[in-house]
Amino acid sequence: MDILNAQGITKRYANHLALSNLDLAIPNASIFGLLGPNGAGKTTFLRIINQIIFADEGTITIENRPLSQNHIEMIGYLPEERGLYKKMKVGEHLLYFARLKGLNRTEAIKRIKVWFKKFDIPDWLDKKVEDLSKGMQQKVQFIATVLHEPKLIILDEPFSGFDPINANLIKDEILELREKGSSIIFSTHRMESVEELCDHIALINEGVKILDGPKRDIKNQFRDNIYSLEHLTPIKELPDGFEIKTSQKIDEGMTETIIHIADNQKANDLLQVLIGQTEVRSFSEVIPSINDIFIKTVKEQAHG
Amino acid sequence: MDKIWLILTREYTSRVKKKSFLLATFLTPLLMGGLYAAAIYFAVSDSEEKIIKVIDESGLFVDKLEGRNSVVFEFVTEPVDSARKKVENGSFIGLLYIKDVDIDDPQGINYYSMTTPGIDLIRGMNRSLETVVRDAKIKKMGFSKSALDSLNTDINITSINLSGENEKEGNSGIAMAVGIFSGMLIYMFMLIYGSQVMRGVMQEKTSKIVEILVSSVRPFHLMMGKILGIAAVGLTQFILWIVLTVSIISIAGPLLGGESAEDMVAAQSGIAQAELAQSPEAQNKLLAAIDEVVDSVNIPLLVGSFFFYFLSGYLFYAALFAMIGAVVDSEADTQQFMMPIMLPLIASMMFLGVIIKDPSGPIAFWMSIIPFFSPIIMMIRIPFDVPLWQLVLSMTLMVLGFLGTTWMAGRVYRIGILMHGAKVNYKVMFKWLMMKN
Repeated sequence: MDILNAQGITKRYANHLALSNLDLAIPNASIFGLLGPNGAGKTTFLRIINQIIFADEGTITIENRPLSQNHIEMIGYLPEERGLYKKMKVGEHLLYFARLKGLNRTEAIKRIKVWFKKFDIPDWLDKKVEDLSKGMQQKVQFIATVLHEPKLIILDEPFSGFDPINANLIKDEILELREKGSSIIFSTHRMESVEELCDHIALINEGVKILDGPKRDIKNQFRDNIYSLEHLTPIKELPDGFEIKTSQKIDEGMTETIIHIADNQKANDLLQVLIGQTEVRSFSEVIPSINDIFIKTVKEQAHG
Repeated sequence: MDKIWLILTREYTSRVKKKSFLLATFLTPLLMGGLYAAAIYFAVSDSEEKIIKVIDESGLFVDKLEGRNSVVFEFVTEPVDSARKKVENGSFIGLLYIKDVDIDDPQGINYYSMTTPGIDLIRGMNRSLETVVRDAKIKKMGFSKSALDSLNTDINITSINLSGENEKEGNSGIAMAVGIFSGMLIYMFMLIYGSQVMRGVMQEKTSKIVEILVSSVRPFHLMMGKILGIAAVGLTQFILWIVLTVSIISIAGPLLGGESAEDMVAAQSGIAQAELAQSPEAQNKLLAAIDEVVDSVNIPLLVGSFFFYFLSGYLFYAALFAMIGAVVDSEADTQQFMMPIMLPLIASMMFLGVIIKDPSGPIAFWMSIIPFFSPIIMMIRIPFDVPLWQLVLSMTLMVLGFLGTTWMAGRVYRIGILMHGAKVNYKVMFKWLMMKN
């Protein structure tokens, strides 16, 4: 089942089309990567889900009910542009945000304490936001986003400005939230940063969806039967169906060779031939990155 | 509504807890008290006698010249040159030298001093001299002075206002003071707290909290929560000011009053000042003054309309200020948008004199019904009694006015707060105003 279903979303601004007839379905308990370059329309779409702005056309349903003010409490949103009240204490701040999301006071305080324990920051309650480092503020922002235990968590460029330690911490939390049944939408233009996390991916460019589906399917779809080989002595000749694309020395007598296998051949057969000719150090399939897939698809569209 | 309340409470508590709020709240009444004390102090110390030496060669003025405004004339009979030296070396403050003059054309009267005399001093001396010359002329012409004096008649017009239920004696002096005071309070309130709304909105925008907020509350609720929260802060501060100022004046006032000129002798002879304050005479005077205010001004109407214009005027302008805060990216950008909002406020202040001179005239009428001016101008007019229909019209327009500005501000606000780095001018603002959701 899908937690969110968007049909034919179109949004126009004065001088350009931000989203054009976008269909998206976010499956339950999954991590969904909404990928695309800057200006593709990602933030516009996220703002529409959060009812900050409204679509010109199209419908959105959450758990099969049309999007309404009632859904605010089940969504947690960490926008790309995020800040905190500098003069407020961390505890007050989290309490305020949680109450705006409909949580009552006692429950909110209880949960804040749980999160503080989890992040090992028990003495932050009375600290002023302005006394926190940037990394610390990011933790607070993340807690504020998930404190009301939203079923749909929307993170816009979540790792921009995060140091690697915090980024990993947040990644672990996100995986745990998915285990608990939440769905997470990740939006980013740095595709490599979320590739490993996502179950589903949608690529959008200039307001148009160009690809959409489970990550594994997309990757399979874009497999080119290309293998990478690291070996010592040069390869003499390969039988029909195997074609050397490139071959170059990398270091200390080691050579890297890229080989294309025809559809009717098997990788194992290639490996057997190779073992007869040279000493094989590594052998692996070249799987295209999301970034490569994106560039390839955009190019194909431009030509086709 | 719950969320407006949450926002309101946050705005209120975060501001009221600030040190600057506490400082302003408790220091301002002290400052007012201090100014009040200083004014009294200078009024008292200014009444010291100023002794001016007079050389009168005409003999016309001797023992007839009466000083005014704490000036005392002392006649001396020494040569002008030596007297001038005494002025130069500081033993005389001032020297008035009257030659042997012709009373029909008194020329060549000189005043010597080491400082340029104030206009009051010169005028006072002129009057003193003129009175003596006049008396001399009357004598010369052969009129009796008492016959002439009987030509002067004192007339006091008692103005009676017939518009109320009972005839009552109007007192335009007190009406004026009450009107100006309440108009000024409203002006200050709108300006100080209006610009706080603007700054608050701007800070939320520039520190980028706003997008998180509007994913939880509607932009209009966010704006209203802020406007109302700051209004509550302002009201708290005003009430505290009034309470504190009244208590400071009621404690310090009598103490200072005891030192004032009235009963300095008594004070010097060792009567405790506190006792003085409780003297029935002083109390009666105070009661009489209060009575006069109560009699000449319709208090319930005044208080009622004060709170009405106080709040509606604030709401009217705060919405406009919120709109500015939402469209700009920095404090520096606010200037160009502030001007049109400040203009009607400043104009209201500039026309204050005109309104007081003619509180029922056309300018007063128009300004008191147009919402941009009416909170200040109508408050100035009310103590002078305003026809009911004008008051109702003004209040109706005021309510429509703030509903209008709030609606307008809400529409610009919802777009503006999410726009960063956009070059905003009035055309863009108008486009946002007209933009559908």
